[in-house]
Amino acid sequence: MLSRLKRDLTMAEAARAPGGARVDLLLVAEMVTPGSKVLDIGAGDGELLRILGEQRGVDGRGIELSREGVNECVAKGLAVIQGDADTDLADYPDDAFDYVILSQTLQATRRPRVVLEHMLRIGQNAVVSFPNFGHWKIRLQLFFGGHMPSTDNLPYAWWESPNIHFCTIKDFVVLCDVTGAKMERAVAFNAWGTPLRFNAPWWFWNLFGEQAVFLLSRRG
Amino acid sequence: MVEADFSVASDAADRAREADIPHSLVVRFGMDRPLRLDAGIDLAPFQIAYQTYGTLNAERSNAVLVCHALTGDQHVANLHPVTQKAGWWETMVGPGRPIDTQRYFVISPNVVGGCMGTTGPASTNPATGMPWGLDFPVITIRDMVRAQAMLLDHLGIASLFSIAGGSMGGMQVLQWCASYPRRVFSALPLATSTRHSAQNIAFHEVGRQAVMADPEWRQGRYFGESTSPRRGLAVARMGAHITYLSDAALHRKFGRKFQDRENPTFSFDADFEVESYLRHQGSSFVERFDANSYLYLTRAMDYFDLAADYNGVVANAFRGAETRFCVVSFTSDWLFPTPESRAIVHALNASGARVSFAEIVTDKGHDAFLLEEPELFAIVRGFLDGAAKARGLKIGK
Repeated sequence: MLSRLKRDLTMAEAARAPGGARVDLLLVAEMVTPGSKVLDIGAGDGELLRILGEQRGVDGRGIELSREGVNECVAKGLAVIQGDADTDLADYPDDAFDYVILSQTLQATRRPRVVLEHMLRIGQNAVVSFPNFGHWKIRLQLFFGGHMPSTDNLPYAWWESPNIHFCTIKDFVVLCDVTGAKMERAVAFNAWGTPLRFNAPWWFWNLFGEQAVFLLSRRG
Repeated sequence: MVEADFSVASDAADRAREADIPHSLVVRFGMDRPLRLDAGIDLAPFQIAYQTYGTLNAERSNAVLVCHALTGDQHVANLHPVTQKAGWWETMVGPGRPIDTQRYFVISPNVVGGCMGTTGPASTNPATGMPWGLDFPVITIRDMVRAQAMLLDHLGIASLFSIAGGSMGGMQVLQWCASYPRRVFSALPLATSTRHSAQNIAFHEVGRQAVMADPEWRQGRYFGESTSPRRGLAVARMGAHITYLSDAALHRKFGRKFQDRENPTFSFDADFEVESYLRHQGSSFVERFDANSYLYLTRAMDYFDLAADYNGVVANAFRGAETRFCVVSFTSDWLFPTPESRAIVHALNASGARVSFAEIVTDKGHDAFLLEEPELFAIVRGFLDGAAKARGLKIGK
């Protein structure tokens, strides 16, 4: 399911850099220190791991729910295992990675809080990217249309959507507070993949950011 | 005819010769270089029969060890000298195959306790001039691996580029990574487990009892008494063969179809195609395999429990491992089901090893690792490509 979502993101209007790589993945990759050890949860077809390997020289591992995604990744020479973010993270020892990444997957997990807590236990840092449900287009759809929103990036009807835990940027900030995560960096970007003004207030990001990427660490 | 015909085409003397003077490369270790067995016995002299494919590069860095399963042997990718059939992994190993012999130097030894030229119960005991039979010491997976390490020393290969094997071969792969982690750059344990399950030990025990119940087994001294426990061994093979397949595969292949007849004969003849198939599996197996060897190798698998050597924690076996692992299981494998592979993966994750894991959808059961499985081929190829890149392997000579 996660991989289906990612493929949709890949095929739909996901903004791409001149090299063809997805902008959101490049933004995630940018937050990772070169040469570090990384776990990518919801590795999809392995594009992020490939970018991390080629551009950041990281020692990357992945977990992916769908069998097709895993087999595709392994055939590409990536270290990916079949597993479920909701159940399998408990098996990982503390501090096993420098970064644990959850890219476009948070909203499809059953227990986002538990997943985020595990991420910050397994890794020194967590990187989370997600679609912002507070974006003005989504608000308009609900306000005027009266329907659950669907967009190019999130094309499902509510009854078949794998995305069961949507949140806004503001909501995610609350989750960070609840789990005791420290926000090191955050970027919101618009539909064209252009990052919003760095010093803009949260309400601005929440209204105009189509997607967000957060770099988190453990507090204290 | 009511009883199955398990008479053999090749005679016992031929097979006995293969055990001592095989159609293979052979390295002999003298009294000065014994094999230290887990049973506390030094096996000496002993020999290892093996095949190689491809060319070892100048850096000696492209060697791949292929470990065979219970009833396999060293003839991975050449015509089998006894059966005249294709090698058991010809689809995987060869020029342009996933384990590409144009890139890699493939070594495949017969295991200790086997019957195709490496010392085992069918080999001649130098003390008596007769086959070892049950005087042969009980061997373990670790003993097999220890012998293979001696073979690599002999060949001057300090570290393997990769090691691959399914089932009992996969057990050897895991044992290698635990015993000699620095000698293994990458590893492919397929359809295997870190320990033999109670159900699998039970199946093996049925097979062994079938062999021992054959009056021609003679407490393992059938060579000296010119008998052969082929009925018992064939029944053991028939039972085991069912466990290598799956309900779905058997149904797809045979269903309830009759064999060369329209109606049941109201007898115990092989009315059903599946019966006829199993009898054929049994009788062709006894042509090429030694009954005592079957006892010893099944025992070695039963004893395998990697965690037992590491305070009950499998992860400790791989602590600090730098080996790159690719674990593969098959959905319809009920002998080494996916949860066993998952346990390997969890242990490797816990020890921080670099691991890939894929489960392949197939109805072919445990034997899928030996069969035409394009997804398996793509995964093995991709995994080895990635590992070759990481090792900086030069292609060609």
